[in-house]
Formats: sequence, C-alpha cells, structure tokens
Amino acid sequence: MSNTPIIELKNLSKSYPVAGKSFYALKDVSISFKKAEFTGVVGPSGSGKTTLLNIIGSLDSPSSGTALVLNNNISELTHSQAAKLRNHHIGFIFQVFNLLPVYTVYENVEFALLLQNFSAEKRKKMVLEALEWVGLQDHKDKKPDKLSGGESQRVAIARAMVKSPKILLADEPTANLDAENAHSILKTMKTLNKELDTTFIFSTHDEKVMKYLSRTIVLKDGKIDKERANKSRT
Amino acid sequence: MINFLIKGILRDRTKSLIPICVITIGVSITVFMAGFVKGVMSDFVSTTAKLDSGHLKIMTKPYYENKDQIPNDLAILNLSMLTRTLDSSFPNLKWVPRIKFGGILDVPDKNGETILQGPGIGLGIHLFDKSKGELARLSINKSLIRGSIPNSPDEIILSESFSRKLKVNPGDLVTYFGATMEGSMVFESFKMSGTVNFGNPVLDKSTFIIDFNEAQKILDMENGTGELLGFFNNDIYDDVSSLKIEKSFNASYENSSDEFAPIMVSLRNQNDLGSTIDLINTFSSIFIFIFVLAMSMVLWNTGLIGGLRRFQEFGIRLAIGESKRHVYFSLLIESFFIGLIGSSIGTFLGVSFCYYMQENGIDISAALENSAIIFPSVLKAEVTPDLFYIGFIPGLLSMVFGSSLSGRGIFRRNTANLFKELEV
Repeated sequence: MSNTPIIELKNLSKSYPVAGKSFYALKDVSISFKKAEFTGVVGPSGSGKTTLLNIIGSLDSPSSGTALVLNNNISELTHSQAAKLRNHHIGFIFQVFNLLPVYTVYENVEFALLLQNFSAEKRKKMVLEALEWVGLQDHKDKKPDKLSGGESQRVAIARAMVKSPKILLADEPTANLDAENAHSILKTMKTLNKELDTTFIFSTHDEKVMKYLSRTIVLKDGKIDKERANKSRT
Repeated sequence: MINFLIKGILRDRTKSLIPICVITIGVSITVFMAGFVKGVMSDFVSTTAKLDSGHLKIMTKPYYENKDQIPNDLAILNLSMLTRTLDSSFPNLKWVPRIKFGGILDVPDKNGETILQGPGIGLGIHLFDKSKGELARLSINKSLIRGSIPNSPDEIILSESFSRKLKVNPGDLVTYFGATMEGSMVFESFKMSGTVNFGNPVLDKSTFIIDFNEAQKILDMENGTGELLGFFNNDIYDDVSSLKIEKSFNASYENSSDEFAPIMVSLRNQNDLGSTIDLINTFSSIFIFIFVLAMSMVLWNTGLIGGLRRFQEFGIRLAIGESKRHVYFSLLIESFFIGLIGSSIGTFLGVSFCYYMQENGIDISAALENSAIIFPSVLKAEVTPDLFYIGFIPGLLSMVFGSSLSGRGIFRRNTANLFKELEV
C-alpha cells in the first residue's frame, strides 16, 4: 500500500438548511485515504456516512473545507468534470443492486465502459475479465431476473470494477445478502482490492463487513468519533 | 451508447411498444378524424355545387328572385352569346347550361290509357356533348341502377325511387305533361332507358333527366336556359376567386336597363350556403383543434410518465459518470425516435383508413330519407396533404415535450440524493 493519500479531506463540513437553521451532516472532518485501503465508515443512521461517500464520489460538494480526490478539488469541479472523474476513476456499489433489468449481465457490465472510448474488442476483453473476477463468466447472457441476490451483487461489483477505478465506494453492499453470500462478496472485493490496488470505502453497519476492514472510521453526529486499524480477514 | 440505448428501448416494452402504440393510436385517430370532417365538409360543398349551385351560377335577375318556382318564362335567352363572353372573360371556368322544369310523368298502357302518373322535377343536361362533362359531374354512369344512360334524345332516365313509384322499367314509355316557357301545354313521350340513384334524397325523390337540347326543344327555349352553371377547371371550389368573379361580372351589368339582365351568384351566396359553410368550417376547426390538443396532452403525458419511470436508470447512469446533459439529450433523442416511429405508423394508418373511407364511406341515406337539404347520403373522408402533418407534428412534439419536462428532473435532481433514491 502506498503512503501517498489519494483522498484528503480537510476541515470538511456539509450543512443543509432545515427549518431556517443549518443542520450539519458533517462537521470539521479531516481524514485521508491511501491507495489500496479497505476502509469502512461506520456509524448510526444520520451520522454522515452517506454524505461523506457522496462528497468523495463527487456527487456532492462540501459547504466548507477541502475535499481533494485524486488531486481534484471537489468544490471546484463543474458537473461535467465531476461526471468525468466518476466515469474514469470512481466505482459505486449500492445496497440494492440496481442492475438494468432489460440488459444481460454482460451488457450491464459493459454499460460502465460505453462512455469511454474503448474499441468494442477492448470492451469485450475488459467485460469478460471483470466477469471472471466475480466468477460469472457462465452467466453473461442471463438477464438480472434470473440471478440470485449474491450473483446480482457480483454483477454490480463487476460493473463497478470493470473500468479498474482507483476508488470504489460501497454503500451497505451486503445489507440485502445472507451471510454466505455476504462473505463470498467481501472475499471477492478483498481480492480485487489486493490485485488491482483499488481503494475500497464502505459505508456499513454490518458486523460481517467490519471483520474484513483494514481500517474503520466511526462517525457520530457528523464528526469522527473513533478511528482504528484492524487486523482484517483475508 | 446510442446502440445500447436503442437495444434497451426495443427490449423494454414500457419504453417502446406502449408509447409507440399510444402515439400510433392517437395520431391515427387525429388524422382520420381530420380527414373525415374535411371529407364530409368538402363533399357537402362539392355535392351542392355539382347537383345544384355550380361554383357560380348565372340566371336572369327575375329568375333569381323567383328561383324556388323554377320560372322558365324568365330564363336566359341569349345563351350562346353569353357563353362566348364568359369563356373569353373567365377562361378558368367551364360553363354548362341546365334547365330545371316541373311536370307530370304519365305511364300509359298499350292503349295509351294512364296506369300511373306522378309529379316530378325534370332536369335538362347535356347528355351527348361530352365536352360539357355533365355525365361525369353528376356521376350518372356510377349512379346507374338499372338499364343504361340515354342513347338518343327521345330517351329519359328516372331516379330509381321515382321509377319504382311509377312502376316503370327500362324500355317502358312515359309521357311528360308540362308547360313551355311561354305557358303552352307540352305532351312528349320518352322511352325510359334506365334508373339512377344520385345518393341525394332531394334528387332521388322524383327526378327525371332528359338531354338539354331536347329540353330546350320541348319547352320552346331555343338558345335559352334556366340556369348557367360555372365550374372551376380543376373542379375545386375556390371561395375567394368565385367572389371576385361574381363581383366583377355583376358590376358589368350594374347599370343595365335590361330587366332580364343576367346575375351571377357564387356558391357561397346561394341558399344561405355561406353561413352554413362558415359554421361547418368553424365547428370542424374547433373540433380538430380540441382533438389535436387532447391527443397532444395524452401523448405528452406518455412522454412524461415514460421519463419518470426511468429515474432509477438515470440515477445509475449519473453514478457511472454520464453527465446530466448527456442523459437528458439521450432521453430526448429516444423520445424523438419513438415519436417519429409512432407518428409515422399513426399517420400511415390514419391516411390509409381515410383513403378507405374516401372510396367507400358510411351510407346515411336511411337517416336522410325525408331530408330537404342537399347533403351527401354517403359520408366520405378526404385525403388531403395536411393529413400528413396534422397528426404527425403533434405526435412527434408531444412525446419530445413530455420527455423534456420529465427530464428536467434530471437537472433539478440533487445528485447527492442518488444513493438514497437508488436504495428505494
């Protein structure tokens, strides 16, 4: 793991107007993430986990402070620059799998590459490789409704990872999975984390996820309450 | 990306088939209704013109003032000269004389004794001068029910209904009893050559037709006619031109001291047809406008709902890194193509059905049996060039407009809510 931080948040605050007052979802958060980290942001509902992931994913910008993601100041990015950053360097995994039902597994994964100027041949190679990472090569022509929950989340991982992003943001990725599938998914992600040096940042409540994390950041009322390094499962 | 989106549209029936069906149905109904209303309207004008009013009609002033009585004693008497003048002054019009006359048709037995008789309205038209085009104008050949059209001046053709009343068949003899224009009695026997059905209740009641020259002869109307009808060469009534021609012709006789000077009356100014035409035009325009508006709202709503149903997909696309602008424009392009396909099919179906109804129509003769107005007994649609855009443009624009409104949500949406929304 490189020691150079790829994400640096300095005195980051995010507030929303609520009933004429400012409600702080994040308050004065300073934290950094290094390349190939496997980190979880945990905390109760309303603690600011999702807001933090949104800002890192360039889906939102801070009210004050600085968020540098891959040397891009999120506050200064235009919509299209933010979209470009997400397109090239950031992958997302959601709690519900959000696969497009009319497309096959192959096409769902390929979708993530269509905005980049890869040739069809190159895309095919990348998609098949991504499906191989998650063990779904044989399911490439199936539609999402023919997949189990675990398989669907694997497709979502392949879709997020196919462009080999530098950062992968996962919002409660195991919330809809049983224990067996959750462990299997986490193992896959851990392997990808090691092989591709992708930085994984989870937002989670799930104890099963926490066992895999190499670092845990606990948020409470928009502030960092605790931070600890873990001895994670591999 | 475009291929990918098209694949998605084709596979997802809620994105493609349903909107296309809605647009197709909406556009085809709009096109058909517009064609049908227009067809009935122009058929009404055309039927009236062909059967009675012409696009313009010339009579003597006193004849015009008493026209309901068909006063042939007040007829035009310098027909050939008048026609020559008209031909040189108005080369875009064809002039055909017609004589209307009343009388009784008598059906004799072998001994000449009356079996049956009944009053009828005679019509003297050019049956043998093809250049006048009267057979085609009155669709005599198409309207023939029994027998044939007259081959010689001593033959007569009756409306089917009148012939049944008189119980005569082709080949039978009938005798006309009437009066010449000078008031002398006329008895003239004719051989019935056939029967026709004009498809018009007024004419179908008790009309009989003889050749114009024969009518002139028996009614002592040498070089005369009751009415001189003008038709535009393209057979399409032109309201503006006809009014101009009417004005210019009548101006030339304004100071005439001849009490039998001719007067020209346009179709619009005959029998209060102008207000009827305006009324029908206004109502048909309002009807078409409301219909197009209603269909536009349905189609707009289709586009709107189509866009709203896809918020999850848009969310994923934004998260993957597609820009809002790209998502929005791809939605508009999709809508454009769906609108294009639906509007094209809808226009094709609407025009096809209009064409079918133009050729066949709906027979309402039973409902008009006792009607006293000249109205087509078969309601027909009319295929006109405007049918190719009257439904097509609203169909295309409504879909795009609906999608553009629903797509505004893409821009107004706070991207930061994506995670939350995508967890629904």
